[in-house]
Amino acid sequence: MPHIEISTENCKGCGLCIHICPVSAIEFAKEINKLGYHPARYKGDGCTGCTLCFYTCPEPSAITVYRKS
Amino acid sequence: MAKDILTKPKAFYDNFHRKPDQNKQDTHYCPGCGHGILHKMIAEAIDDFEIADRTIMISPVGCSVFVYYYFDTGNLQVAHGRAPAVATGYKRTHPEAIVISYQGDGDLAAIGGNNILQAANRGENITFFFVNNAIYGMTGGQMAPTTLLGQKTMTSPYGRKAEREGYPMRVLELLSSLEAPTYLERVALTDAKHLMKARAAVRKAIKTQIDGKGFSLIEVLSACPSGWRMTPTDAVAWISEKMEKTFPVGVYKDVIKDRKPNTWTRMLEKVPFEKYHEILELTGEPMEIEADMSSVLDIYKNPEILIAGFGGQGVLLLGQFLAEAGMRHCWNSSWIPSYGPEMRGGTANCHVKISEKRIGSPIVAKPSILIAMNLPSLDKFEPLLKPGGLLIYNTTMISRAPSRNDIEILPIPATKMADQLESLRVANMVVAGAIQEKTKLFDEIILKDCLNTVVKHKNFIPLNLQAIDKGKEYVENFGK
Repeated sequence: MPHIEISTENCKGCGLCIHICPVSAIEFAKEINKLGYHPARYKGDGCTGCTLCFYTCPEPSAITVYRKS
Repeated sequence: MAKDILTKPKAFYDNFHRKPDQNKQDTHYCPGCGHGILHKMIAEAIDDFEIADRTIMISPVGCSVFVYYYFDTGNLQVAHGRAPAVATGYKRTHPEAIVISYQGDGDLAAIGGNNILQAANRGENITFFFVNNAIYGMTGGQMAPTTLLGQKTMTSPYGRKAEREGYPMRVLELLSSLEAPTYLERVALTDAKHLMKARAAVRKAIKTQIDGKGFSLIEVLSACPSGWRMTPTDAVAWISEKMEKTFPVGVYKDVIKDRKPNTWTRMLEKVPFEKYHEILELTGEPMEIEADMSSVLDIYKNPEILIAGFGGQGVLLLGQFLAEAGMRHCWNSSWIPSYGPEMRGGTANCHVKISEKRIGSPIVAKPSILIAMNLPSLDKFEPLLKPGGLLIYNTTMISRAPSRNDIEILPIPATKMADQLESLRVANMVVAGAIQEKTKLFDEIILKDCLNTVVKHKNFIPLNLQAIDKGKEYVENFGK
């Protein structure tokens, strides 16, 4: 199954990935990270591996997309 | 996009070790900043084209000043707006390098406006990324040339008004009227469709350079949530709704297919060593020795020389002559003429440094040797001479004695001696002879051979040689 990994500590909570995700598979986490933001969090399923979150994310290390499994 | 795993591109450092704060994984950009998005697209393209080892990223002044924190490529951080000039120099001397100039709208469209215009007009084979966020982001959100009409910024608090601040500058439209550019496109970092177009444009622009097809520039409409006082998602929407009205996205010029590969690769013509002679009209083999200054008196070692006089006294040529001699001894030397209003009929001067060590600046602020060929020069520069330094002054033109008593003084009637050789113009070489005899800095045969390089009309060389000998002779007998 395609899925994404979000590096909690490198996310600045801008929400662009949440906004762009065509299947609404990303949300804000409740907890606050070391940078002081509510980071984005993958809901756990629904990812189609479209990679849009990767390209809209301004942080180099925040999102990894696994397109297959 | 056939990769199974999309992660941080290799063209980024694993750790952003240059970044001063603790987290070495995140960028210094604000949440939702377009810079990070574009950085990632460029880094991915560098990976895919396998050009990291020959890529030079040029970072501007602006928020993206720290591009070198992130890209594991060659990096240059340059003066405000001057990236196109530096990029040109780099590319022309290293045609194999992929030079990527990354600039914001304050940098490229305001202070560097003419730089980019000229580089585009020359069709430099360089890739430019022009990040347009309609504001001065780094300095806190002042009006930029690209600020939209009606847009409120710190310095346009009532909204930009054409009658007051002029219209938003459309750089791409401006450049597209030029003949030379190969590929110009404006993209926006907004929704899925636009992001993918931006990614394709980034790759196409870099490929244009790799293929040697000339100038490419991608204008990137990019969000500045902090500067615009918006949330990141609102900022992205503002690009689509407002910015794109003034700055329509699309391809403004694309003649990639019409351009033959490598026709826009410029390089400095490599001149074979043997040809130097012909070009410089040298008469014999160039003479060079590897010398050290161990036999030279300490006070004359690594001299910093200031030569001053009237225009026409050969002041600049004397400087070139000494600097050439320095080079022929395999030392470092620099020569820099000082141009100023005095040049017109007044005094001329030049700075010469000859050193066994590397020369940091060619400027001679405190000379160890001062050559004053006329009175204004003595008046002006005598106070600058280092204590213990050597002052050589032309007594034919200077009636007063020097006022300092903590320096070594050598008076010489250089103009009169030149007149005896029936050419006032060789007064400079009389002084050259005097310097040589006094300091014993140079190998005499090499020194004289330098005339072949610096004197344009070869039939004057014998006269110049005579003048050098006369100056030497004078110093030999001086004080006897």
